[in-house]
Amino acid sequence: MELLAYILVDGLIYGAWLFIVSLGLTLVFGILNILNMAHGSLYAIGAYAAASAVGAYFALGGEAFPFGSYAAMVIGAIFVALILGPLLEYGLLRHFYGRDHVILVLVTYGVFLILEDAMKLIWGVTPLFVSEPYSLLGNVEFGPLYYVTYDFLVIAVAILVGLGVWFVLNRTKRGKVVLAVIHDREMSKTMGVNVDRVFLISFTLGVFLAALGGALTAPMISVSPSIGVNVIILAFAVVIIGGLGSIEGAAIGALFVGIARAASVHLLPEAELFVIYLVMAIVLVFRPEGLFQKTQARKI
Amino acid sequence: MTEFIFPRSIPLACALALAVLVVVGLILPDWAMFLATMAFSKGMVALGVVCLMRSGLVSFGQGLYYCIGAYASGLMATWIGISDIFLMSLLGIIASGIVAVIFGPLLATYRGIFFAMLTLSLSMILYGTLSKMSVLGGTDGLNVSAPTFLGYHPEGRALGLSLYMFTCAVIVVYGGLVRTLFDSERGLISLAIRDNELRVEYLGTSVRTEIAVTYIVAAIAGGIGGVISGAAIGHVDPEYAYWTTSGEFVFVAILSGYFSIPAVFLGSVVLEIVRSFSNLYFPNTWQMSLGIFLLIVILLFPKGLGSLLSRSKKPEKKQ
Repeated sequence: MELLAYILVDGLIYGAWLFIVSLGLTLVFGILNILNMAHGSLYAIGAYAAASAVGAYFALGGEAFPFGSYAAMVIGAIFVALILGPLLEYGLLRHFYGRDHVILVLVTYGVFLILEDAMKLIWGVTPLFVSEPYSLLGNVEFGPLYYVTYDFLVIAVAILVGLGVWFVLNRTKRGKVVLAVIHDREMSKTMGVNVDRVFLISFTLGVFLAALGGALTAPMISVSPSIGVNVIILAFAVVIIGGLGSIEGAAIGALFVGIARAASVHLLPEAELFVIYLVMAIVLVFRPEGLFQKTQARKI
Repeated sequence: MTEFIFPRSIPLACALALAVLVVVGLILPDWAMFLATMAFSKGMVALGVVCLMRSGLVSFGQGLYYCIGAYASGLMATWIGISDIFLMSLLGIIASGIVAVIFGPLLATYRGIFFAMLTLSLSMILYGTLSKMSVLGGTDGLNVSAPTFLGYHPEGRALGLSLYMFTCAVIVVYGGLVRTLFDSERGLISLAIRDNELRVEYLGTSVRTEIAVTYIVAAIAGGIGGVISGAAIGHVDPEYAYWTTSGEFVFVAILSGYFSIPAVFLGSVVLEIVRSFSNLYFPNTWQMSLGIFLLIVILLFPKGLGSLLSRSKKPEKKQ
């Protein structure tokens, strides 16, 4: 029973974090039709930026009000999004629209390669540690279980971000415009929608979510260059399970993967990576397009 | 003149290519021979990616077969003591062939990104399993003893040279076979699938069967490549199946395009040279140069550098 609780709570925490990262991936795919292989690198850059921002915050005398470090983390993520989002979308990806899906995957793979080294050049290869924000909120006790409160902050952020994106897309006028673009790019252009701007903003939002995921993780881990390579693999699994481009799908997928991973960590640690992909393979065998994807008619 | 450079007859072209490779091999210094052996063995894997690319499918997990080939031969060398390269290759072919026969028909239902991601996940499953299995060496992998050649036990330069010769023979033979496949009905159907698979279905061919067959051909190429790489390095580890390894094969495939088979091996050699030199001179930015190179190729040569080498110069169709 205790074990089950451990698995559930761990899975929830892990899933929440995964959801934030995967949401960006699925949004970018849903709107721009790009499967962004560089998403993991953006996540890592977010983590680095947050680590630097928090470091700078404390160096500038933030000790007096340590909670400000949370703001520093978010600002770091926004910074990354505002620089890299427009740079990548406007400077690079825009030139490849209309080409095959797979070509765009390869383009982002090229971006991934570039960013991986850019990170090493900027931040070096020695791991960074910024654990202050992690312990700031103290611990929570659930009967026999102890958790760091920060973990629940991640869950709260995930819920907030998920609901926020869902609300904007489905309940506001701007969101409707985005949905129209998803539905038919050309038609919305003829109707006077500035499709280029929608793409730019959506991509930047995707970058922000990746960077935010990284920023939230930064205090929990040692930030090193290789963290992005692994994350992208997990986020892919989540997004594919849920159905590419679906927010609900990403949430369910993240929960699936989170709990599967937590279960495997507690019960059979050898199979950690294996289990995640097993879940994905099983889902795909029964629902080839993912859980929440409508089957699309093939064009002749 | 072009007829002489690109002979129409495949056996003739193969014989020529082999002759050139052997002569070049005799004068190559040791380091370059090792580099060429590695490049050719990885080129085999990339050739598999190219086979699939002709049908419009990108396999981001060809490292799966690279790894299976390498481990099959490596394990047999440790457990049973087989060190003959011909036997090891056969084992690699059988092992990767069996796995491909199981997964090929399953994967043949998926297209585009789903195909890419599923192949990727399969290779990552293998990676995850291998790194956690201490019986198989875990993340450290295992050592492969020096290969022998039908009872011949070369050492030093002779070993490198023999392995190089073997590799050349393998790529020429397999390259010739794949070329024959490309020019055959089946190979042409692959191209048609890329254009429009529904029409191919309506014409009475099973697209799934075609793709599954191509997948198996690709997998076997990957398996052999893995065997040779393992034997050349003398070590195999789970990194063979990691997704960035597979990414490099895709890189070579994109670089070379799907028109010319020699271009695949040439592309692989270029990559290995770039890697060796950048590792030496700018160890921290070689991935970056690779990425920039990839973007330039995609932007300027949508059909790969191989389109420059291709012998069939068809006029561009207006889309």
